[in-house]
Amino acid sequence: MKFAILINEGPYQHQASDSAYLFCKAALAKGHEIRRVFFYHDGVNNSSALTEPPQDDRNIVVRWGKLAEEHKVDLVVCVAAALRRGIKDDNLAAGFRISGLGQLVEAGIEADRLVTFGD
Amino acid sequence: MSEGAIKKFMFVNRKAPYGTVYALEALETVLITAAFDQDVSLVFMDDGVFQLKKGQQTKGIETKNFSPTYRALDGYDIEKLYVEQESMEARGLTEDDLLVDVTVMSRADMGKLMEEMDVVLSC
Repeated sequence: MKFAILINEGPYQHQASDSAYLFCKAALAKGHEIRRVFFYHDGVNNSSALTEPPQDDRNIVVRWGKLAEEHKVDLVVCVAAALRRGIKDDNLAAGFRISGLGQLVEAGIEADRLVTFGD
Repeated sequence: MSEGAIKKFMFVNRKAPYGTVYALEALETVLITAAFDQDVSLVFMDDGVFQLKKGQQTKGIETKNFSPTYRALDGYDIEKLYVEQESMEARGLTEDDLLVDVTVMSRADMGKLMEEMDVVLSC
C-alpha cells in the first residue's frame, strides 16, 4: 500500500513524531511504500538542524533524515508554517526539503491512505 | 499527480479558533485543496464549532480575526460545511449564532459521512 504521513506536532513535546516514525518503519518493513511525510503546524520543528537532544535520548530530527536517506522517503516541510516558526533552508536538517501545502494535497491524492499524527 | 484525479477531502475542525494556531493553519490547507479542484468538505465539531461563531473580536488578544475567511469560502467553491449538532448544543449555540450557512448533522450521521470520504484530515 502507498502511504502518506502528516505530522502536526513538534518533537519531544508530543509523541506524534515518534509514533509516525515507528509507523513508517513498521510499514516499510512490511513492504509498504511511504510516498511522503509532510510536516505541518508545530510539526515543522522536526526539521530543525539546531536540535540537540541529550546524548542518552533519541535524536528525532536525525533519525528522520536517516530514514529518508535509506528508504528514499520524501520529507516535506510546509514553507508558511516553517517561516512562522523560524525554520528556513539555513537551519534545515539533512533529508528534509521546504515546499508548499500543495505537496500535502498531492500526497493525499496519490496515496492510498493519508495518516495523520497529531493532537 | 495523475491527471484530473478528484478525491473527497474532509477537514475536521475540532479546536477553538484562538488559543492555538490549528484553526488558522487548517484553513490554509482547505484553500489549497480547493485550488487543486478537489471535493472539499468541512466539519466543525467539539470546540471547533466556535470557529464559526458570529461577532469574533480579537483586538484584545492582538491576533488576526480570520473568521471573515469562512464567509469567502463559497468563492472557492467550498460549500459543504457541516456542524455537529451535539457539539453545537453542548456549547449553547444555535445555527443563528453562526456566520455562514451550514448543515447541522447528528454525531451518528457525521460518522456515516466520514466513511464516504477518501481523505480525512483532523486537527
